[in-house]
Amino acid sequence: MNTILRLSISIILLWGSIANCQSKMVEIKGGTYIPLYGSDSLQVSISDFYMDVYPVTNQEFLEFVKTNPKWKKSQVKKLFADGNYLVSWESDTALGTTQSQKAPATNISWFAANDYCSSQGKRLPTIDEWEYVAMANEDIADARYIENYNEYILSWYEKPKTFNNEIGSSFKNYWGVWDLHGLVWEWTSDFNSVLISGESRKDVDNDSNLFCGSAAIGATDLMNYAAFMRYAIRGSLKASFTMKNLGFRCVKE
Amino acid sequence: MEGETASLETVSYQCPMKCEEEKTYPKERICPVCKMDILPISNMDSKKIATDEISDNSIFNLTSTWNTEEGKSIELVDLKGKTLVMVMIYTTCKAACPRLVADMRNIEKQIPENLLSDISFVLVSIDPETDTPKRLKEFAIENFMNDEQWTFLQGTNNTVREFANVLAVKYKQISPMDFSHSNIISIFNPQGELVHQQEGLGVDNKETISKIIETTKLTN
Repeated sequence: MNTILRLSISIILLWGSIANCQSKMVEIKGGTYIPLYGSDSLQVSISDFYMDVYPVTNQEFLEFVKTNPKWKKSQVKKLFADGNYLVSWESDTALGTTQSQKAPATNISWFAANDYCSSQGKRLPTIDEWEYVAMANEDIADARYIENYNEYILSWYEKPKTFNNEIGSSFKNYWGVWDLHGLVWEWTSDFNSVLISGESRKDVDNDSNLFCGSAAIGATDLMNYAAFMRYAIRGSLKASFTMKNLGFRCVKE
Repeated sequence: MEGETASLETVSYQCPMKCEEEKTYPKERICPVCKMDILPISNMDSKKIATDEISDNSIFNLTSTWNTEEGKSIELVDLKGKTLVMVMIYTTCKAACPRLVADMRNIEKQIPENLLSDISFVLVSIDPETDTPKRLKEFAIENFMNDEQWTFLQGTNNTVREFANVLAVKYKQISPMDFSHSNIISIFNPQGELVHQQEGLGVDNKETISKIIETTKLTN
């Protein structure tokens, strides 16, 4: 009797750990929407795709680093990550003592995030894809006009140190995706397409109606200050930059 | 290597990047400024120093493959050994690219001819779907950029994005035919390390040109 009990417990544990290894994804039904900064036609079309339910965690990134030594913090090339890459880790293969295994992996450069997703046969989401999923609240796909949706996001922006909270601790949105708002900012594949940084005003040949000085005026929705913050951050990033409150998740077709 | 030289009496060593200009050392060590191995001066006479080391900051750490306008498949490291002058454009561009291309030609024209064989001018397409090797070749011919020193590269959406990230070039597709993009000309030394960036259109090329010449002469 005892043996059977023990056996079944170990089977449950094993099953649990397997399920843990494979990061869960959910299907996102494509559609059209108008993002904060539009393209020519303003409407953006999104095809169907799958998105990770949670941001990539410290534990998951640690496993990745163990099998991909070029991403160890002692070995990473400066071209691909700045000096704060995995800065809180105790060593190449150990998290810091205050870091939670289930907190989102942060202080990761775009190059590292991009490689992580590729290694799983996935990719980083585009800005348009990320924003499309992130405009949902718990109940509806586009909650951008709902007051408490924006209030929630803005109040998170004011909260310090949410990066060490565990995944699954903010909210699960309409699509079944957790933590798009509430824990960390996230990398996107084309973050460098945001042409609103200071320097881009002089060196970019952009259509001034679309980008130049469009910080506020060009916004489709002036109320959408929260989204503007995200675009501003993306516009200021470089791919080797790492930040304590910047993580990532992957998507696939 | 040292055994082969007959006169061993006064070998002095110098940083190949001349970080400390003409300063020499009596024996091997690393350069206190750039941390590269310093080399015997006699070795530096030979062109294209045979250091296989790629530094942390070198773009040759990118391992993606690219198609050239000649239909060849290359990695960036295949461009090693020459000064690289790189820019990102797309061939259907009507607004800024013709001026950027003109800037590149302008720069090339002002380089002393004897240095040209040690310099590659590389134009990377940000529109890999339209800019096939064939299209790039036509563009090269139309724009009188078909000589040996010009190279055009086609990547994939992902490799182009990665490359742009290394150059800190921003771009966005704003319609099926058009992209917004930064106008940046970047210079890399023969080891693939960024030495200079010129931003903006129609700016004074003087600094860029002198940087190219200086970089090329260092390894000449």
